[in-house]
Amino acid sequence: MNNRLYISGHCRIKDNRVELNGEPVFTQKDSNFSEFIKALYRDQQFQYSKFFKMDNLSKLGFAASEILLRSIHINVKGSEVGVVLANANSSLDTDVRYQESIKDKTNYFPSPSVFVYTLPNIVIGEICIKHKFTGENALLISETFEADQLFDHTMSLFKDGKVGSCLIGWVDYYLDDYDAALFFITRDNDKKTNFESEKIKSIYQNWS
Amino acid sequence: MEELINKLKAEIIEVLNLEDISPGDIDAESPLFGEGGLGLDSIDALELIVLLEKNYEIKIENPQDGKTIFFSIKSMAEYITEHQAA
Repeated sequence: MNNRLYISGHCRIKDNRVELNGEPVFTQKDSNFSEFIKALYRDQQFQYSKFFKMDNLSKLGFAASEILLRSIHINVKGSEVGVVLANANSSLDTDVRYQESIKDKTNYFPSPSVFVYTLPNIVIGEICIKHKFTGENALLISETFEADQLFDHTMSLFKDGKVGSCLIGWVDYYLDDYDAALFFITRDNDKKTNFESEKIKSIYQNWS
Repeated sequence: MEELINKLKAEIIEVLNLEDISPGDIDAESPLFGEGGLGLDSIDALELIVLLEKNYEIKIENPQDGKTIFFSIKSMAEYITEHQAA
């Protein structure tokens, strides 16, 4: 078996722009996240009505994963696909929104559909439900994008035989400030981009 | 009743974020849950309970009644009419 790992593809969503493998996919200037992500949904024809029930963090991660995974042929079972994501703000955007809904004790109507997103790893769940991934998953919290941390965790999953492929990256959202950078890691070397910490760091930093 | 049904349709679309659905797409007698209707899930059911409390000041005392009350928009409207008149 080929023990080397490769980056099959990567997707970035930031500043109202979407890129797949460094190529522009969609842009919509002068709109807030809500308008932008809705326009992206229509443009890319996701056709997944549950999308509109998701919180902003999940919409962001789901959209990035859709665009990336559509471009990739996954040749392992869903039970062998792992997901390792990281972010800085956890689920704080939704936590704050939920807190707003419960702070007035005279008008106390907690929203169950907001509450269910007050955990950061729900974004992983949404991606896994859509693609029937049931492999190992983790959501790591760090102040900034830490390539070494993502790389080390992902490598350990492959070394331990826990995954055959892995969706990894950064999905962060707080108060309309957002950034998603996803990578699909596999043993297939079609694209011949080696999976290295420095490589994902340079792809992440190469955004203008 | 027709007015209440239309109001409920609009409220449900808003509170459940049914982005791709307009009030005209919803058959008042079709099931809200499961196949052949809006395909709502358990979290949506909780939101409907909150909607009844918040917008109509109706609290469902017996959880067992939920299936009947939330069968369709029409059954919800009938329940609201009955309990607001009481």
